[in-house]
Amino acid sequence: MRTVSTDLIRDAVAELCIEANHFLSEDMREALQAAEESEVSPLGKRVLGQLQENLRIAGEEMIPICQDTGMAVVFAEIGQDVHLEGELLETAVNEGVRKGYTEGFLRKSVVGDPLERTNTGDNTPCVLHTRIVPGDHVRLTVAPKGFGSENMSRIFMLKPADGEEGVKEAVLQAVRDAGPNACPPMVVGVGIGGTFEKCALLAKQALLRPADSHAEDPRYRAMEEELLRRINQSGIGPGGLGGRVTAMTVHILTYPTHIAGLPVAVNICCHVHRHASKEQ
Amino acid sequence: MERKIRVPLSAEDARSLRAGDYVYLTGTVYTARDAAHKRMAEALSRGEELPVDPDGNVIYYMGPSPAREGRAIGSAGPTTASRMDRYAPQLLDLGLRGMIGKGKRSQAVKDAIVRNGAVYFAAVGGAGALLSHCIRSSEVVAYEDLGTEAIRRLEIEDFPVIVVADCEGNDLYLSAPAKYNEEK
Repeated sequence: MRTVSTDLIRDAVAELCIEANHFLSEDMREALQAAEESEVSPLGKRVLGQLQENLRIAGEEMIPICQDTGMAVVFAEIGQDVHLEGELLETAVNEGVRKGYTEGFLRKSVVGDPLERTNTGDNTPCVLHTRIVPGDHVRLTVAPKGFGSENMSRIFMLKPADGEEGVKEAVLQAVRDAGPNACPPMVVGVGIGGTFEKCALLAKQALLRPADSHAEDPRYRAMEEELLRRINQSGIGPGGLGGRVTAMTVHILTYPTHIAGLPVAVNICCHVHRHASKEQ
Repeated sequence: MERKIRVPLSAEDARSLRAGDYVYLTGTVYTARDAAHKRMAEALSRGEELPVDPDGNVIYYMGPSPAREGRAIGSAGPTTASRMDRYAPQLLDLGLRGMIGKGKRSQAVKDAIVRNGAVYFAAVGGAGALLSHCIRSSEVVAYEDLGTEAIRRLEIEDFPVIVVADCEGNDLYLSAPAKYNEEK
């Protein structure tokens, strides 16, 4: 048994909110560079060059990469042998988000009630996903999610008879409908299986896989490659202004499902695919 | 074609712009996004004046992140324009001459652009740090309680945008991807 103070968790969340909004992970920076090199459309190439310049300015001058610094999605993996000491975990994580968004000059984009719509003023509450894992450490991941791309995400409750073709068509449809709105080149997270909510969470978790990773199962790895190729045949291109790089990567996660169902969730992320992690 | 244009936009400049033109804007624009548009629509329905006269002006669909000390503004890129589609035709009919955002517009907005000789520009989404360098000053002029969604007057200089929808009804989001489409 190891004791971890929730004060440490609060401070780590605050740091991660600031880090994620100013610096992309190495794999994402490489993916953007590769996109610029392979794009054939002159305007598309110009847009991708501006995105590189934007990343440089963001890091050097501490200006958020995007003004939509997102709703904070926090994943907490808690070792089964950890004893959390202090405040309730959710309170500590929200305090961390409040601290990070206030001290880090990040935009406050959260409204308290979805219909009444008054801004909460500190970007809380976050969306917290917890999981109990083996070990005696706490691993935190902050993934601020902008809503330009979140709004273009979809869930499809397909029929088993729709099969693999139906799944592919659903993903392609979501990407085509998203077009320029989701700030391409995109990262596409796909969840297949589970229940309604499990499928949506799988799609979100799929986004967090390293950009250059592949599905372990050869069938799904092949599907990822085919979907990426077909998405990039759409012509949407960087900024939706035409080109061959519409998505940088497609990630699929699957889960067993019911005899009567074939849920598919498509969580689209823009090119500002932000996530930062830390272990306590 | 690359051009440098002053804002507010003259009727002549607006009518001369064509989908695909790469334009650097210099002058004054106003920000407004979802909540400010809702308030403007409510004000109009009550017969009240708008805090900013749309006539000849350009609205930038943008809500900035807070400015660090000594800076004019924080990160300041475009938001998705389609969320303002419900309100845009009315403002265009009141003389609004340009909009800066990103993403598709409805046919009703494109019709209103044609009808009024207006223009819709896209700025590069997700390049808010870069675009902030082209904003010289920012001042809240209405609806301050809306925070990032307040209406701001911005002085911009060589602010890079691309003409997406023009007064002839062209739409770059339809024509440009078609050129690179390789689907059967």
